[in-house]
Amino acid sequence: MSKRILLTASVLALTVSQAAQARDYISIVGSSTVFPFATVVAEKFGKSTDFSTPTIESTGSGGGMKLFCTGIGVDTPDITNSSRRMKASEFEMCQENGVTDVVEVLIGFDGIAFANSVEAQQMDVSLTDIYLALAKDVPNPDGSETLVANPYSMWSEVNPELPAIEIEVLGPPPTSGTRDAFAELAMEGGCSTFGFIDSMEKKDFQAACHTMREDGRYVEAGENDNLIVQKLQANPDALGIFGYSFLEQNSDLVQSSMVDGVAAEFDAIADGDYPISRPLYFYVKKQHVGTVPGIAEYVAEFTAERTWGDDGYLADKGMIPLGEEARVEAAAAVNAMTTLAGIN
Amino acid sequence: MSNNTTEKVRASLQKRYFKEKVFRSIGVVAIVASLSFLVVLLGSIIYKGYPAFKASYIQLDVTLTEETLDVSADAEDSELRRANYLGAIRTALRERFPEVTKRGDKRNLYRLISSGAEYALSDFMMEDRSRFGQTHSLWLLADDEADALLKRNKDLTKPIRTGENAKNKDALITRLNTDQLGWLQSFKEAGETDVRLASTFFTNGDSREAEQAGIRAALIGSAYTLLITFVLSFPIAVAAAIYLEEFAPQNKFTDIVEVNINNLAAVPSIVFGLLGLAVFINYLQLPRSAPVVGGIVLSLMTLPTIIISSRAALKAVPPSIREAARGLGASPVQVVTHHVLPLAMPGILTGTIIGLAQALGETAPLLMIGMVAFIVDIPNSVTDPATVLPVQVFLWADAPERAFTERTSGAILVLLAFLVVMNLTAVLLRKKFERRW
Repeated sequence: MSKRILLTASVLALTVSQAAQARDYISIVGSSTVFPFATVVAEKFGKSTDFSTPTIESTGSGGGMKLFCTGIGVDTPDITNSSRRMKASEFEMCQENGVTDVVEVLIGFDGIAFANSVEAQQMDVSLTDIYLALAKDVPNPDGSETLVANPYSMWSEVNPELPAIEIEVLGPPPTSGTRDAFAELAMEGGCSTFGFIDSMEKKDFQAACHTMREDGRYVEAGENDNLIVQKLQANPDALGIFGYSFLEQNSDLVQSSMVDGVAAEFDAIADGDYPISRPLYFYVKKQHVGTVPGIAEYVAEFTAERTWGDDGYLADKGMIPLGEEARVEAAAAVNAMTTLAGIN
Repeated sequence: MSNNTTEKVRASLQKRYFKEKVFRSIGVVAIVASLSFLVVLLGSIIYKGYPAFKASYIQLDVTLTEETLDVSADAEDSELRRANYLGAIRTALRERFPEVTKRGDKRNLYRLISSGAEYALSDFMMEDRSRFGQTHSLWLLADDEADALLKRNKDLTKPIRTGENAKNKDALITRLNTDQLGWLQSFKEAGETDVRLASTFFTNGDSREAEQAGIRAALIGSAYTLLITFVLSFPIAVAAAIYLEEFAPQNKFTDIVEVNINNLAAVPSIVFGLLGLAVFINYLQLPRSAPVVGGIVLSLMTLPTIIISSRAALKAVPPSIREAARGLGASPVQVVTHHVLPLAMPGILTGTIIGLAQALGETAPLLMIGMVAFIVDIPNSVTDPATVLPVQVFLWADAPERAFTERTSGAILVLLAFLVVMNLTAVLLRKKFERRW
C-alpha cells in the first residue's frame, strides 16, 4: 500500500512541476459560433506546419473573454474567439489584469437563418413580421400606442400576405449567442419600426423588443442546431432559427426564408443585404507571441487568402468572408500585430 | 364448520388466481416495455452508427513528378514533405476527366476527394523516396458527401431531392450536384470505388472533416483519465473503507464521516467539476484540459462509490475468520492484510470497476475543467490536452456536417462496448471469486 501512496504522490508532484513549464501548443477558447471555423484552421495549421495543433475550447464568447482576460502566462489562453466585439468593460478587465496588448481580428460574418423545410412553401417575411409573431408583448392591433400580450396565432394574422399557417418557431435558448444576435438584429430591427417603442427609454425598449413569447409558439429547442433542422424536416409548418453554416450543410433539407426580401445566401450576407448577420472576431494576446510558439504563424494561416478568401476553405464551411479590400487591410494590420488602443 | 371454510376458500380461489395472474402480467409488461425501449434505443444507435466503421475510397492514378509536386527529385526531406500533393491529386482528377474545363466544375470535381488525401499522399511519398517520378495507382479517401452515398451503395443515377423533386421520397438526399454524381458513377462503373473497414476511425484524432475524424485521441484521453482516477481513488477508498470497517471506534465522529460519504455519493457530478476548476486549476495552477485534472475530479466522484462497496465487501467477511486469526496470534493488521482483505477483494474490485465505468461515461464535470476541446494530436502524457469519449460524442453531436451523425453514433457504440466489457468483468469477477459463507 505504501508503494501506491508513493506513486500517487510522485504523479502529483510530477504534474505540478510540469504545469510550471512552458506550453508548446496554442490554447484557444471562446465562441461556439466561431468554433467550427477556428477548428478547421487549427487542424490545417497542425498538419501543414511543425507546430502542435492548437487546442480549442468552446466556452461561449463571454466565457472566453473572461478566461482570456484573467492575465498573462502559460496558464491563460492565447487567443479567444468571439461572435461579437469585445465590450469596453471586458477591455478594461483585460487592462487591469495586465493583458495590455490585444490584437483584434475581424474574420468574417455569420448569417442567422430563418428557415423551414424544403417541402413547405418559402416564406417571405419582414423584420416587423418576425417581431410581431415572436415578441411577448406587441403593439395593440387596434392602433393605440400600447403593448398587449401577443394575440397572433397564425402568420396570416400578422400580415395578410403570409400563408394561413400556425406560428411555430424553433430557436435557441437565452444562453445562446445566436439568440442574443437574433434578438438584437431581427427583433430589435422589427420593433424599432414602431415609433412609440423606438422612443422608449433604453431599458424599456430592450424589454419590449428582446422578450420572446412564452406561450408555446416560440419553442426553445436547445443549443443543438442539428436538432432544429431535424424537427423542421418532421414538421413542414414550423420555422427554425439557426446559424448559416447549418443551413449551408443542410441546403437539401431546409430553405431560408426571405427576410425583408432577401434570402440568407452567401452573397447577400457578404454584401450586408441580409439583415440578420453578425461579425465574427478573434483576439490575440500579443504578450504571448514569442513565448508560446506558433501564434504569429497561426494568425497568418487564418488571414491567408486560401483560408478566409472568397474561395477559401472557411467559405466552404459556411463562414461569410469580408470584402476583398477589407481582407487585405485587415491581414496587413494583423500580421503587423497592431494592438487595440481602446473600445468605445 | 371446516367444510364451510373450504367452501369459502374454493369460492375465492378463482379470484385469487386471477389477481396473481394480473400481478405477474404487470411485471412481464414492465420488463417487455423497458426491453423494447432498450431495443429501440440500441437499434437506432447501431443503425445510425455502423456506417461510421466503413469508409469509401476512390482509385486514382497519381503522378508524383517534379512537374506535379513543384519540387526537384533531390529535395530535402522537409521540403519534399511539404510539396504540392494537393496539386498532384488535382492533376490526376483532371486527367481522369479531361472534359471538365470550367473553373467551377473543376472545383466541384476536386470536392469528391477528402482534403486529408494530400497528407496521406505525403506520407506515402516519404515512406519510400524512390516513388518519386512515377505514376502510382492509389486508393484515396472519398469526401464525406461522396462517402455517404458510396458506402450505403445508393443508386447514383436517381434524381436529387431538390426543386421539383422536393417531395420525391425516392430521390437522393445529398449536397452533391448531378455532375458530381455523374463522376462518382463513372468511378463506380470502372470499379474504382471501394468500401473498406474505416481504420481512420480508430487511428485518427478529431477532425473537422467528418471522413477523417477518429476517436483515437478521445480513447487515449479516456485511458489516461481513468488511470489517474484508479491510481488515486482505489488506494484511498480501500484504506478509508478498511479503517472505518475494521479499526474505527463507533462514535459521533465516525457517524459524521459515514453520513458525509453517503451524501457525497449523491452529489451531482457538475459540483465536482466546479471544485476542480476552483482548486486544481485556479489555485494549484494545474493545466487546463489535462487528463490529470480530469482524473482527480473523477476520482473525487468515484471515491464514495468505491468506499461504500468496499465496506459492504469487508462487512460480508464473517467475524469467525477474524476471530480464528486472532486466536492463532495474528495482530489486527495481519488479520486484515492476510485474511479479511484477500477475502473481500473480489467485492472491492467489483465496486471499483463499477465506479470506474461510471467515471468513463461522465461528461458534466469535465466541461468545467476545459476537456471539452478540439483535440487533433494524440495526447502523450497525462498533462497533454485531451478529451474523453463521452465529450467527443457531445462535440460531434453539435457539428453542422451531416456525416458527423454517424460518427456520433459510432463513438457511442465504442463507449457502450467498453462499458459492457467493464460491467461484464465485474459480474464475472463476482461469479468466480465470490464465496458464500
